[in-house]
Amino acid sequence: MNKEAQVQKMTDMMAKFVGYTGKKLPDDVIAKLQELREKETEALPKVIYDTMFRNQELAVKLDRPSCQDTGVLQFWVKCGTGFPLINELEGLLKDAVVKATFETPLRHNSVETFDEYNTGKNVGKGTPTVWWDIVPNWDGCEIYTYMAGGGCTLPGNATVLMPGEGYEGVTKFVLDRMTSYGLNACPPLLVGVGVATSVETAALLSKKALMRPIGSHNENERAAKMEKLLEDGINAIGIGPQGMGGKYTVMGVHIENTARHPSAIGVAVNVGCWSHRRGHIIFDKDLNYTITSHSGCVL
Amino acid sequence: MVEYRDGKKILVTPISADDLKDVHIGDILYLSGSLTTCRDVAHRRVVEEGREIPVDVRNNAILHAGPIIRPLENDKFEMVSVGPTTSMRMEKFEYEFVKTTGVRVIVGKGGMKENTANACKDFGCIHCVIPAGNAVVAAVCVEEIERAEWRDLGMPETLWNCRVKEFGPLIVSIDAEGNNYFEEKKIEYNRKKDEQVEIISKQVGFIK
Ligand code: SF4
Repeated sequence: MNKEAQVQKMTDMMAKFVGYTGKKLPDDVIAKLQELREKETEALPKVIYDTMFRNQELAVKLDRPSCQDTGVLQFWVKCGTGFPLINELEGLLKDAVVKATFETPLRHNSVETFDEYNTGKNVGKGTPTVWWDIVPNWDGCEIYTYMAGGGCTLPGNATVLMPGEGYEGVTKFVLDRMTSYGLNACPPLLVGVGVATSVETAALLSKKALMRPIGSHNENERAAKMEKLLEDGINAIGIGPQGMGGKYTVMGVHIENTARHPSAIGVAVNVGCWSHRRGHIIFDKDLNYTITSHSGCVL
Repeated sequence: MVEYRDGKKILVTPISADDLKDVHIGDILYLSGSLTTCRDVAHRRVVEEGREIPVDVRNNAILHAGPIIRPLENDKFEMVSVGPTTSMRMEKFEYEFVKTTGVRVIVGKGGMKENTANACKDFGCIHCVIPAGNAVVAAVCVEEIERAEWRDLGMPETLWNCRVKEFGPLIVSIDAEGNNYFEEKKIEYNRKKDEQVEIISKQVGFIK
């Protein structure tokens, strides 16, 4: 296959995959929602979960996006230096989003800042978002896709704490956000927390944390303990599905971390809503693909 | 009118103040009849510019939403996808809006505050939420789009007057007595949050 045909092929596959993720939630999210659904006993959370599951069934059956807000498209790319399409990747992801916008269809969610007009194609200056991680000595490419809806983007926040405020300060920062903004972000939420050295390092980690599969833990023992403490703590607040009260409020809390300056603790929080439209696909150099997020998805 | 079917309580338009007497915050309802999408600019036109709303919503329902619509032939439309938008943006206008239009049921996302609660109490109206993110469930409850007014506002802001069947579930967030579900819950959430911050803080003293 020549370069042009390869680019076309990968563009088509990514457009299809993006569209698919707008209609069907990833396996881990469905399993977790099912688990939480079974644990609720009151009428209100039960009727909300029943609606969610009926909605997801109908979305697949009628082939429509499950939530009307299909978000801004964000990609986290881990690309091998030897991947044949490394040079074309960013451009083809943009083309894939335009294609998916018309084929799926996706809502037009890209407004140029300052000029303040909607491009009508879901792409603009810097959108879709593409974050790069370069992997030396590899010829494959791994891509996480994410639809960042407005409602679940809103609670995002980052700050730099003084060391004296400690992890107690991190706790308060995260929990405050749950009761002020989290309840309107369509819980049960997946909560991503970044603990690092500055706002931007923490913020990026808090989003990457949302790409981790539900049920995974930080490899640092204390960080993993804090994930559990925050998860149990937020659940105990009782916000429940749609913020209307229930036993469980989160699908999980994921912390990602780096080392920090001795005088600063960068902390950020990001949330994914119950409709957590995350996809994960890995390509080899011949563009054979493996999808880990959605079993049964064929492009 | 109020109907009961398969264990569901269904409000059928036209709805009277009397129909809302036994409705309380936290109740689960459904709606059949006339439902019109109505959001930011439409509220502004009615309240600030004093324009007459071209769809009669008196004793009927409005939905804070901006839907995705597919145009069909002969000026007909199909509801592809519809989900509620944050009701709080309309809070500022809602007292006057309810007063002038006589709307009985407001559907949206998240809670509203005193302005709306006062309107509910003074004029016999309720605010409900429909669980968000369920665009397909909501769209299939729309039997027909009967009218489209103020089209100059573009697709999201147009008043789409729909005939709906058992639209819901709707959870009552403000009842006609002015009780406010979210405001009551928020006090409880904040209290529990403070407790949890304290409990967790005792276990994360990693900086020694
Ligand atoms: S928060 Fe998520 S589920 Fe709720 S409306 Fe936004 S994108 Fe949809």
